[in-house]
Amino acid sequence: MKRALAVVATVAALVGLPAPAHAHLVTTGLGPLYDGVWHLLLSPDDLLPVLTMASLAGLNGKATGRRTLFVLPVAWAAGGRAGFAARTPLLPGATAALSFLVLGALTAADRRLPAAVVTGLAVTLGLLHGWGNGAGIASAGREALGLAGIVAAVFVLVALVAAFVVGLRAPWTRLVVRVAGSWIAAIGLLMLGWSFRGA
Amino acid sequence: MRSDRAFRPSAEALAALALLLWAAPAFAHVQRGQAAGFLTGVKHPISSLDHVLAMISVGLWGAQLGPPAVWLLPVTFPMVMAFGGFLGLVGIPLPGVEIGIALSAVLLGLMVAREAKPPLWLAAALVGVFAVFHGHAHGTEVPAGQSGLLYSIGFVIATGCLHGVGIAISLVHRWGWGRLALRGAGAVVALAGLRFLWRAVA
Repeated sequence: MKRALAVVATVAALVGLPAPAHAHLVTTGLGPLYDGVWHLLLSPDDLLPVLTMASLAGLNGKATGRRTLFVLPVAWAAGGRAGFAARTPLLPGATAALSFLVLGALTAADRRLPAAVVTGLAVTLGLLHGWGNGAGIASAGREALGLAGIVAAVFVLVALVAAFVVGLRAPWTRLVVRVAGSWIAAIGLLMLGWSFRGA
Repeated sequence: MRSDRAFRPSAEALAALALLLWAAPAFAHVQRGQAAGFLTGVKHPISSLDHVLAMISVGLWGAQLGPPAVWLLPVTFPMVMAFGGFLGLVGIPLPGVEIGIALSAVLLGLMVAREAKPPLWLAAALVGVFAVFHGHAHGTEVPAGQSGLLYSIGFVIATGCLHGVGIAISLVHRWGWGRLALRGAGAVVALAGLRFLWRAVA
């Protein structure tokens, strides 16, 4: 119990550290691959949907988690490549807000979804957010290799989070994931309001 | 001197080590308004007593009701509150917001004071209705020039933490004196709500 509390306190402290998130491309000085990795980790509008998608896949069982592990990065890469070629972020600003809202609400509901639905969500998420990343990289005149960093980070995050959630056995631990989902959905709804407001 | 016991660092030592080793990211260019947006979002729900008391009361009441209300109410509140925030952000007016917020403190305080146990749907509906007022007030009061995403993240986290504070306080419910203290706290919240109500209608 004491150890669990210490771990929870550590995670909370790390999450709470005030590291400003970058809405734009990150330059680490380590090359485009690592720029891509850090872009995902420091962009909450991409990071949180990935974490929520992984949680949702984990709540739906091992098979769905495994499928999402491969489907999401592949879709992200495909969307990114297409966005890089198109160079235009054709997507409305509310795309991230909708990702938060839909994935968060489904996670909060914790209903068993057909595998095809979860896969479809992963494909949609990957294509839309990947497109935005690819178009952003191209319009900034950066190398497409940054996309590989983003996709690699997506793969690792989905592997870690989905495996963690699949392994949750105690009922209260699933509840924590559901509460987190409700928070994500609430953030999505507020973001939607911000995007309508034009902020 | 040799010890037979293997070296096993304590959980606290590991936690401290992790914090010390946590690397701050290097920034290539300056971002403006990002941290301010997050901090403003965190500060907003905790900046006024009427919001704080109502949100802690949600946690207290949920814990008094026990499972599944203990998690259903804190799940309901942020989502419906965000809906209220959405209405406020897009400019849809909601009459009597301040009165609704004050009433939320009165009624939620009374529920805790009486240790009321209505049907779950009724408890969720009551919490949901008041959440719209709280959210609307926050949605209309957001300062300009903030990062919308980070403001929203900070805002929702702070709200959830306030519910968590209520649930944590309610751990004393297992003891007789604790139950009494919780009911007393509910009465104090209700009285404070009456004061807010007086201010809202005066």
